[in-house]
Amino acid sequence: MPTAEQHGFRPHTDGPIVPVQTRSERFRSVNVDDFAQVTGREHEWKLSPVATFADLTGGELDGSRLEIETSDAAGVEVSWIGRGDARIGRAGIPEERAAANAWSSFDEALLIAVSGEDEKVVAVTRSGLGATPRAAHTIIEAAPNSRGLVVLRGIGDARLSENVEIIVGEGALLTVVALQEWNDDAVHLASHFARLDRDAFLKHIVVSLGGKVVRVNPSTHLAEQGSDIEALGLYFADAGQHLEQQVFVHHDAPHTRSRVTYKGALQGQGARTVWIGDVLIGNAAVGTDSYEQNRNLVLTDGTRADSVPNLEIETGDIAGAGHASATGRFDDEQLFYLMARGIREDEARRLVVRGFLLEIVQKIGSPDLEERLTAAIEAELLGS
Amino acid sequence: MSVLEIKNLHVNVETDQGTREILRGVDLVINEGEIHAVMGPNGSGKSTLAYTIAGHPKYHVVQGEILLDGENVLAMSVDARARAGLFLAMQYPVEIPGVTITNFLRTAKTAIDGEAPAIRGWVKDVRESMSALKMDSAFAERNVNEGFSGGEKKRNEILQLELLKPKFAVLDETDSGLDVDALKIVSEGVNRAKANTGLGILLITHYTRILRYITPDFVHVFVAGRIAEQGGPELADRLEDEGYDRYLEPAAK
Repeated sequence: MPTAEQHGFRPHTDGPIVPVQTRSERFRSVNVDDFAQVTGREHEWKLSPVATFADLTGGELDGSRLEIETSDAAGVEVSWIGRGDARIGRAGIPEERAAANAWSSFDEALLIAVSGEDEKVVAVTRSGLGATPRAAHTIIEAAPNSRGLVVLRGIGDARLSENVEIIVGEGALLTVVALQEWNDDAVHLASHFARLDRDAFLKHIVVSLGGKVVRVNPSTHLAEQGSDIEALGLYFADAGQHLEQQVFVHHDAPHTRSRVTYKGALQGQGARTVWIGDVLIGNAAVGTDSYEQNRNLVLTDGTRADSVPNLEIETGDIAGAGHASATGRFDDEQLFYLMARGIREDEARRLVVRGFLLEIVQKIGSPDLEERLTAAIEAELLGS
Repeated sequence: MSVLEIKNLHVNVETDQGTREILRGVDLVINEGEIHAVMGPNGSGKSTLAYTIAGHPKYHVVQGEILLDGENVLAMSVDARARAGLFLAMQYPVEIPGVTITNFLRTAKTAIDGEAPAIRGWVKDVRESMSALKMDSAFAERNVNEGFSGGEKKRNEILQLELLKPKFAVLDETDSGLDVDALKIVSEGVNRAKANTGLGILLITHYTRILRYITPDFVHVFVAGRIAEQGGPELADRLEDEGYDRYLEPAAK
């Protein structure tokens, strides 16, 4: 288990404890009109550049089918389903206006259904979304005891608000990779809702590299006994880029487990990242084992990383619960040290960033994707 | 035969109080296979000499030359100096987040040799050097200097010295903060490196203690940015008895 002292990082201080509203008591609705217009003062928006996406929170969204490209895989069915389908709303419903706006606006939902016990990989790429504000709804459903890895990727231009529901059946082992490689001007707001059945395991990975504003907020409901989430995140913010993730794990059944690990690098003037990690251990969740951590690596001046872990515990009978958050910087003395050993400057930076982010990349479990992401991270480094 | 020449070196450093002249005309010639001890009181410019040779950007050379086999070292970048065969064992090695010792050593070795080391021989070399320096094999998977004790950091510097095989090494107060056991282990490492590669060594120290384990061929006493006296190993013995007061008094007058 990495400790706060690792990476030469300065641990965060808890500071004065400010009681937060119990996460489970937050208002929820699928109807956009149930939410007031977003001002930026709301706790879920206060760290976001809300003025840059007022069209997504307050305007009308185009809810027609997105352009998608899907790789073929045996045991994975990709189809469009109507708004009335019983699966819609099973994993969770919106807690804020952008998500509710998308929910109110989509015409059909994209269903990615995974079945069969063999390991399989499917990649669904969304591209060419253009400059029109759009809404999307996706359901990823893993049948009981099925296994699979689903990549949901975004490239090109986009102004997109979307909801992604992830339904993980009993004993299923599912990996979902949300991969944001949008163009520089893209804005993408996403809420992911996962519901895990008994003894189900979900590995959920958010990788945000491209886009002007990217906010991916995954919520996981550990609804049944023995369910297990490994939530991973990797982000690399360049100059002027805002990358945000608000992670929520709700332990709601006995002997559930969660591990949340998000790592980010920041480089360039105005590079901004936000990580909020809420863990709620409900009174039914005896024997919970939970740990969440966020680490940020600052590569240049002029960046800002917000990192806010929150832990609420409603039962006294847990196996373990902890959190860690730290932000460290790669500075000139470190660069001098590496260069004094013959390593060129660009390679020294690459060495440090790759080492730092590789921990997440290596956990994806798809060699092709791991290799491609390593290359994408190196391209980010060169892009400065 | 390699030679490192320092000629009339004048070095300034920028401080909050303005520009300060630290080195005021240093001349030093180190031949391959020689050990030169540079001794002196705090603030005499010993570490400035070390960092200037390595090329730290904080130090500005205003006059003079550093030549490695006739090549102008001052025109080289920090990494180019290392590739040319210079090595600085740092007094305060920094932590490198996200980079394991294994990864770091392989990357550095590849950079210096211009090609990746043959994997089998390299792994064996690393293991043997670590073992000789009494470093647990678990070190290899730790991030560079992260959470290392003072003694572990210094051993890690000597590990790099042994593996990177420079022509000349500057050891900047490698002995400071070490207990006697660690001092012996580190000294043995330096002696082993010299026996194996015949490198030249510039050993910078405040104390004579390390000279019991590493025998210098020459001793230079550094005072106020210049060499005030030089001699053989017997000069170190005299410093042990008398300290630096003899050199400081005239400056105080």
